[in-house]
Amino acid sequence: MNNILSQEQETFISKISMFSEQEVKTRSKDMDEQGYFDENLIRRLSEIGLLGATFPKEYGGLELDPLTYGYCTEEIGKSCSNTRALMTVHVSLVGETILRWGSQEQKNEWIPQMARGDKIGAFALSEENTGSNAKGIATTYIEKHNKFIINGEKKFISFGDIADFFIVIARNNQEITAFIIERDLEGISTEPIKGLLGSRGSHVSKIYFNNVVVPADRVLGLRGSGFTYIVNTALDHGRYSIAWGALGIAQASLEEMIKYASKREQFGKRIVENQLIQGMIGDAMTHIHAARALCIEAGLKRRNQDTDSIIHTSMAKYYSSKIAMEIATDAVQVHGGNGCYNTFPVERFFREAKILEIIEGTSQIQQQLIAQYGLKKYSPRKTLI
Amino acid sequence: MESIQEIEKTVRSFLEENMIFYERENSLDNDDNIFELGFVDSMFALSLVTFIENNFEIKVESEDLQISNFSSINNITNFIQNKRQSRVIE
Repeated sequence: MNNILSQEQETFISKISMFSEQEVKTRSKDMDEQGYFDENLIRRLSEIGLLGATFPKEYGGLELDPLTYGYCTEEIGKSCSNTRALMTVHVSLVGETILRWGSQEQKNEWIPQMARGDKIGAFALSEENTGSNAKGIATTYIEKHNKFIINGEKKFISFGDIADFFIVIARNNQEITAFIIERDLEGISTEPIKGLLGSRGSHVSKIYFNNVVVPADRVLGLRGSGFTYIVNTALDHGRYSIAWGALGIAQASLEEMIKYASKREQFGKRIVENQLIQGMIGDAMTHIHAARALCIEAGLKRRNQDTDSIIHTSMAKYYSSKIAMEIATDAVQVHGGNGCYNTFPVERFFREAKILEIIEGTSQIQQQLIAQYGLKKYSPRKTLI
Repeated sequence: MESIQEIEKTVRSFLEENMIFYERENSLDNDDNIFELGFVDSMFALSLVTFIENNFEIKVESEDLQISNFSSINNITNFIQNKRQSRVIE
């Protein structure tokens, strides 16, 4: 593959590629159409180690480095966005955040169960009126007798309908705090959200909290650190996962585009012989190579714990999701009417690619973050007092 | 181990590299709150944690996550100093 991965890492990625082709791709169409996530696939994902992919071995994880994890995410994302979404939410948003800021007791309790697939986690941030402005959440908590009482409603929570526990972000006036909350607590209910453009197999749901009493030891991080540290850590990991997942959709779209154009005949010749079709293939090739370079750069910076890894992750997420949408659109175009029909996978890629330009920070939020970085990096240096 | 002045200098250098100054006359005093003054965005808080851990060989734990620990040059310097001292005592 290249000289940034060891032979062992390359072998593992090949194993995941084969697994994805044989066990994930075969289920993806049905899960999308029927709107469910196959429980047997959750079991298989845990058996192969992907539900604890980056977790330390002491907690039962595979301890994959960020780059290997990225390549694995691409392989899964090529086959099925719902399966990639489970990895994004369970491993990146929830697992990585508990590992970074959880107490030792919380890590001991949750991470091994997550790695085994015994407990599935979801990240409950978004609400009816809160998307990009995460600081604007309305879900509240109050402290009473050394416990917390949560009230509010979360929306668009991936796997919210089947998760065993949630990281919930709530506020008490200006103080924003994260909690680890089990779904079977009294006062919690969920409602599936149907009619979505994509993520149809990801059990996206609303979650209602009605006077839910949470023990004090369920606070994740420090009280008041919910936005600056917990949300930002989770989103950073989520964006990294989305960047590689989008690359997977882009790659799959390109492959389907080439396959179809090489077979389809119009005007007595295969359409791939038309230069305008080749133009789309040439663009897709170039964009994919550029996106992969950004993903690798972000992965290397994360591996090296570089202070710029966060912004490089944003750039990778922004660009990969953008080109995934473009290439999936071109793939539909090459397929013509067949591209608008769910017998061909590009119809699903087109819908799933759009989702990735929105979740874990819209493209416009990424542009702003990246612009701020540019202003810092390339503004003429000032002499400070 | 660096002196408190050396820590302060390293911290200042990192902050200056990562702040946005729209006006040439902006300056950064040791007690200026970098978050309240809008010199950095909230994602920077994570980069700052990574910077502190990489450069001063300390581990920032969840109990350290009070924003006041990281809000100014003086506070960051004191935080690093205190963490290092507590490590020596342990």
